[in-house]
Amino acid sequence: MEKIRVEHLDFYYGNYRALSDVSIAIEEREITALIGPSGCGKSTFLRCLNRMNDTIRGTRVNGKVLLDGQDIYHRNTKVVELRKRVGMVFQRPNPFPQSIFSNVAFGPRVLGLMNRRDLASIVEESLRGAALWDEVKDRLNEDALSLALGQQQRLCIARTIAVKPEVILMDEPCSALDPIATLQIEELMQSLKTKYTIVIVTHNMQQAARVSDFTGFFWMGKLVEADVTDSVFTRPQKKLTEDYITGRAG
Amino acid sequence: MSRYRMQRLGFALLTLISLVVVAPILAVIGIILVEGMGAISWEFITAMPFDGMKQGGIFPALVGTLLLTLGTAVVAIPIGVGGTIYLAEYARDTLVTRCIRLAIVNLAGIPSIVYGLFGLGMFVLFLRMGTSILAGALTLAIMTLPVIISTAEESLRSVPTEFRTVSASLGGTRWQGIRYIILPQALPGIITGIILGLLRAAGETAPILFTVAAFFLPRLPQSPFDPTMALPYHLYVISTQVPGMPIHIQHGTALVLLALVLSMNLFATIIRSYFRRRRQW
Repeated sequence: MEKIRVEHLDFYYGNYRALSDVSIAIEEREITALIGPSGCGKSTFLRCLNRMNDTIRGTRVNGKVLLDGQDIYHRNTKVVELRKRVGMVFQRPNPFPQSIFSNVAFGPRVLGLMNRRDLASIVEESLRGAALWDEVKDRLNEDALSLALGQQQRLCIARTIAVKPEVILMDEPCSALDPIATLQIEELMQSLKTKYTIVIVTHNMQQAARVSDFTGFFWMGKLVEADVTDSVFTRPQKKLTEDYITGRAG
Repeated sequence: MSRYRMQRLGFALLTLISLVVVAPILAVIGIILVEGMGAISWEFITAMPFDGMKQGGIFPALVGTLLLTLGTAVVAIPIGVGGTIYLAEYARDTLVTRCIRLAIVNLAGIPSIVYGLFGLGMFVLFLRMGTSILAGALTLAIMTLPVIISTAEESLRSVPTEFRTVSASLGGTRWQGIRYIILPQALPGIITGIILGLLRAAGETAPILFTVAAFFLPRLPQSPFDPTMALPYHLYVISTQVPGMPIHIQHGTALVLLALVLSMNLFATIIRSYFRRRRQW
């Protein structure tokens, strides 16, 4: 099943064209990795998928991003609703400076869920989903910033899945973490993909090869190649892709 | 001279200069404390003045100042904080918002006596409020606004943008992000700004001179439309306008005013340091 379909997407910061003519299909309940050198547009592309770029002034989008067949850039789209369906995990772990519980409860709360018992069960469910419950169940009221960085990032994932999104966007979620914490996140992604569609931006090609089912390679604002991960890494169709994954370019 | 001795000389000089800054404050507090302590008694705080203010207490002036500060708070806090949230979180950089910012900066630079005259013309005369607590509080509130707005905006802007982004990414509206994440983080700074602003209002004489302050009115105000005595003006009056005024009453009055203002200041400092220790990004 195709979850997201992007058609001829152009993106501009002012006059600078950061993305040109990007088309890609993202499968439901798979992990799609976006790779490419810094500044190639992969993060910009990711942020187009939940319209996070809207908050930056002077940006402009052409083309279509279809989520379940509906164009998210259509003027009738409610952006707040869209972001409930398409959640995001950021590069640096960024829990709110509040308790662990409040962090996970934030999403459900802003969506209007106030009942303490319902909240508690969502918080538990989300923390379990993020493989963090056993580590924090006795300290839910402690400051989230007292957690280790890897735990903070899993907390951010729990916070994201607490609003029950359909798609989770991850923007280099492991780049601030040590190898063990990175491994934990990668394992977590495998269990998450049974329920969610995941799109991950990473500049770590091994990570893309390890975790993803489908890989897109960006170069200077263009999607050069997009295919099943195995094919991209073993039989790349384009010379540029081959040069990049073998370390000769980028 | 060796560079080490040069350095020691430099440090000594800088220490001396810093002491020069501290000295006047210590002197002011010291003198007022020593001279005024004798006047302080339960009666001095709670009694009406009589015998041309040479006897009795400062009760109506104290109450007047507290009421004025309260009135100022009621007017200035919602306008100041609301305006700041708009400016810091919502407003785009347009001609209108630039004008607003320019107005705030200029408001901060206006001499307090001009506020007093403006209050007289605007509130007392034009709006027919008469010499009243209402007119005085409004005048003081206008004077307080720039202090509140500039400190509050500073503390709102010091909350990392990331939190706004995260809140939005979780399906929160702009306002929900402000309400649940940004404001709690900025609150200590905002409270500090409010207290510092009110502090200035409580101690000012010029803005209340024509708008509210009574020379001698030995009873408590009954409504916001009554004039009242106020500590700073009372101090001015008994220090310059009443011949044969016992000096310890003057110092005692100054001591009460100073204690009021300094305790508010201390309170602001405590709040700030308490929250700053909890902030961890």
